[in-house]
Amino acid sequence: MSNGTPTTAPGRTAQRSAADRTQLQTIVRRFVRHRPAMISLFVLIVIAAFAFIGPFFWMWDHRVSSEILSNQPPDSTHPLGTSSAGHDVLGQLMRGAQQTLKVALTVSLCATAFGSLWGATAGYYGGRTDAMMMRIVDVFLIVPPLVAVAALAGNTKGGTTWSTIAIIIALFSWAQIARVVRGVVLSLREQEFIEAAKASGASAPWIILRHLLPNAAGPIIVAATLLVAIAILMEAGLSFLQFGIQLPDISLGQLIGEARTAVSTRPWTFYPPGVLLVLICLTINFIGDGLRDALDPKQTMVRR
Amino acid sequence: MTTENMSNAETDVSSHGDTVLEVDALNVTFPSEDGSLPAVREVSYRLRRGEALGIVGESGSGKSVTSMAIMGLLPKNTRIDGSVRLMGEEILGLPDKAISKVRGKKIAMIFQDPLTSLNPVYTIGFQISEAVLAHNDVGRKRAWERSRELLEIVGIPSPGQRLRQYPHELSGGMRQRVVIAIAMANNPDVIIADEPTTALDVTVQAQVLDALQSARKETGAALVLITHDLGVVAGQVERVAVMYGGRIVESGPVEEVFYRPQMPYALGLLGSLPRLDEERAERLAPIGGTPPSLMNLPRGCAFAPRCPMARDVCHTEEPVLLRTLDNGDRVPPRPEDAAAHVAACHFSDELGAGIRPEALFREAGKGSGEETERSEQGAAGDPEVLLRAEDLVKNFPIRSKGLLKRKVGDVQAVSGISLELRERETLALVGESGCGKSTTARLLLNLIRSTSGRVSYMGKPLQGLSDKQMRPLRRDLQIVFQDPFASLDPRMTVADIIAEPMLIHRTRNGDAKKRVKELLELVGLNPEHGSRYPHEFSGGQRQRIGVARALSLNPKVLVLDEPVSALDVSIQAGVINLLEDLQEELGLSYLFVSHDLSVVKHIADRVAVMYLGKIVETATTDQLFEAPAHPYTQALISAIPLPDPVKERTRERIVVTGDVPSPADPPSGCRFRTRCPKFAQDLSKTEREKCVQEVPGLLERGSGHRDACHYSEVVELL
Repeated sequence: MSNGTPTTAPGRTAQRSAADRTQLQTIVRRFVRHRPAMISLFVLIVIAAFAFIGPFFWMWDHRVSSEILSNQPPDSTHPLGTSSAGHDVLGQLMRGAQQTLKVALTVSLCATAFGSLWGATAGYYGGRTDAMMMRIVDVFLIVPPLVAVAALAGNTKGGTTWSTIAIIIALFSWAQIARVVRGVVLSLREQEFIEAAKASGASAPWIILRHLLPNAAGPIIVAATLLVAIAILMEAGLSFLQFGIQLPDISLGQLIGEARTAVSTRPWTFYPPGVLLVLICLTINFIGDGLRDALDPKQTMVRR
Repeated sequence: MTTENMSNAETDVSSHGDTVLEVDALNVTFPSEDGSLPAVREVSYRLRRGEALGIVGESGSGKSVTSMAIMGLLPKNTRIDGSVRLMGEEILGLPDKAISKVRGKKIAMIFQDPLTSLNPVYTIGFQISEAVLAHNDVGRKRAWERSRELLEIVGIPSPGQRLRQYPHELSGGMRQRVVIAIAMANNPDVIIADEPTTALDVTVQAQVLDALQSARKETGAALVLITHDLGVVAGQVERVAVMYGGRIVESGPVEEVFYRPQMPYALGLLGSLPRLDEERAERLAPIGGTPPSLMNLPRGCAFAPRCPMARDVCHTEEPVLLRTLDNGDRVPPRPEDAAAHVAACHFSDELGAGIRPEALFREAGKGSGEETERSEQGAAGDPEVLLRAEDLVKNFPIRSKGLLKRKVGDVQAVSGISLELRERETLALVGESGCGKSTTARLLLNLIRSTSGRVSYMGKPLQGLSDKQMRPLRRDLQIVFQDPFASLDPRMTVADIIAEPMLIHRTRNGDAKKRVKELLELVGLNPEHGSRYPHEFSGGQRQRIGVARALSLNPKVLVLDEPVSALDVSIQAGVINLLEDLQEELGLSYLFVSHDLSVVKHIADRVAVMYLGKIVETATTDQLFEAPAHPYTQALISAIPLPDPVKERTRERIVVTGDVPSPADPPSGCRFRTRCPKFAQDLSKTEREKCVQEVPGLLERGSGHRDACHYSEVVELL
């Protein structure tokens, strides 16, 4: 058995040194080397700190105050000006970003987790199970979410708190993830390593959790990051139609919706929430990219 | 490479005007993100009119890239220099328009995969006439006529009818013959065939090679046959060039290179090949290590890191192709003696004619003294039957399209297989693709449910067991897969992959890590490499990982589903040796599924030959190869090319015509009768009647040799 001197392919000397690290350490190292992802992570942390910690230090909150003059352009007391109803825009922006982040991330996590499991299960079993599970998915895909939300939102217990909104949006977005994951799993399950796992006695949940989902990580992460953007838009749409987060509470979508008529007259009410919204979507997309690359062992990190 | 020549050099020169293709110092470099990849380095060869040149090499040796460069088919950003002259005319670097005039008309190419090299939306006739019309404006009607002729030459029955069919209606072998017909459409001067038979079964391979030879004869074209199969080279060409690491390392007349190799690599390749025509050697002599990566070729001779003869000079200085003269001097070949035997090795003279590959490539650590006798233990009493199958049947339903999905028929993948696997025994299941051998293997492991029949493991029936009931038995029954790339989860480290079965069965909770290291060492890998991912290993090493995983639960039976067919020859031998060692060490029983009779002859104790879902012959390995009784077995054995030029050309052949019928609609009576040479040639009408009507049973011929043929007769073939 002399044949076994392992030859490492060239150009992988970087990994040779990484050989003894644990998997988690390797993944973290790869993520850290992904520059756009690291910058995005930093920006997102700053935004989150602004949204969640900021309100404790800023004198104005998102509510109307009699002390605030309306329609003031930015000045030293109100760095982002005030709205026509007499809100401090900076205070509103903090609260809005907070609510939007909470909704978007909850939706993305819940819908992705449930949708991937559902899709992977359907794809793995195939046949009749698959047909039935995917018909359920179809139902969720063809019902217009706005109509369903309109019917649901008025009758739910929590009213219009952010968590209710998040759950309702998640309920109508997992189906897309399920469809994507099922497609990937359908091709994965024909691979020999799945058969190898079966041959060593692995149960269906084992195969789905340990083999199918990790190998579908790429498409899942892409879908999840897209979902963040979709959730933010959907929440904005719902709020605009009075089914989402209600005044005096505020979200970014709502802020933009309210300021849309004043883009030229009072730009300070429109641009800050707009830019923040774009930033959140962008950073999450880049972080998703970095995560996907870091999780894929085949990626060589030689590009510099 | 023109230095002054020794005057006494014997010459079997040909005149210059006779050369059709002249490749001179061809270099091909691919740019890549990690630096440039020198895929072909300083390749020169010369092809005379009507000559057949074989180019052999392992994957990545640059043999295909060379011909793609000649055809001008490489991507634009590839750096190509050197010169390629066709009939004295430079064709390298010609603009697209100019080279299109050459392609097809003067040089034609045949690719490996007949599935993708024909356009699925046009008829065969259209595609051949298109090729004819591309260079000869003879009109549709004449072109169609010519297509008919061409199909006849390549041996396609009822060509008139075939012309109107689409590629998907033809079998693989048939399609490859159509490709050959297209290649010869314009009477080219050179035909380049790149692994033309690699995707085909052996019996079909023989037919396609015949077609290739008749195409050659018809057009008088010179042939460049690129292949990894030394047997194919031995029988088909006059001259052979061996490529390694992007260079030609040895070239010369086939007999010279096969019988008196002057480069250790060529010798090693021959030694690592299991031979059908020789007594079973104790062990194969694999070449250690793996082929070099083009990214960082070793300094000096590319083969030096794997070469047992390598000395200091080999690691510093790259040898050039030299010709050995009668007096022992080595000189650069003159341009006109292109056919001479040349080799690139500093120590060619030390490789005498008598040297055996085993002597040179003896594995380190395996001293010559400790070779134990195989199958010695078997003498003590009848070994216990571990796995038994009786009348195993598996039908895959064919369903109608549309909403109802009614069952409209069955693919009869396995129809009534009975076999026994005993302790410490290797039973080989042999057959062409689609004969149901892999399905049988999976049925035995209960990985797919059988339609009917019984499987039992140590007397315990397996059919009808749920996954949960099956789990404890899985410890004893394990499988190694064919494709070393698909059978390992790319997202798991090697240690995790090997430990997975232990985790599932909750054995060895604490010391799984230790066990993984033991296993890695057992299969000949560095135990420190457990934290790497599968893609960092080569094909052979991955296959070893697959074996380690299968062994992690200490199984008794290992099903090996084509374990070496995806590997290069030099690597294959190492894995075969490993499997033999493991069997001896751990007392395993193997069910060895394979299409390669040479490998089977080397490793198996008993063989069962399958055809269209049925076993047609079963015997001990010696019986089967010495005295095959069933016409199919005989055809199979005689279709396998021997890596020995003289034997390969002189041996008697039993040729099978046509292709394997569809298992959805197998022939009545004997399933082999539609292709049976005996049925077609030797039998009278009344005798044939019996073949059509009666299904032959698997009958005893004495001493365990059984075959399923009404008129079986032993024939000696080797």
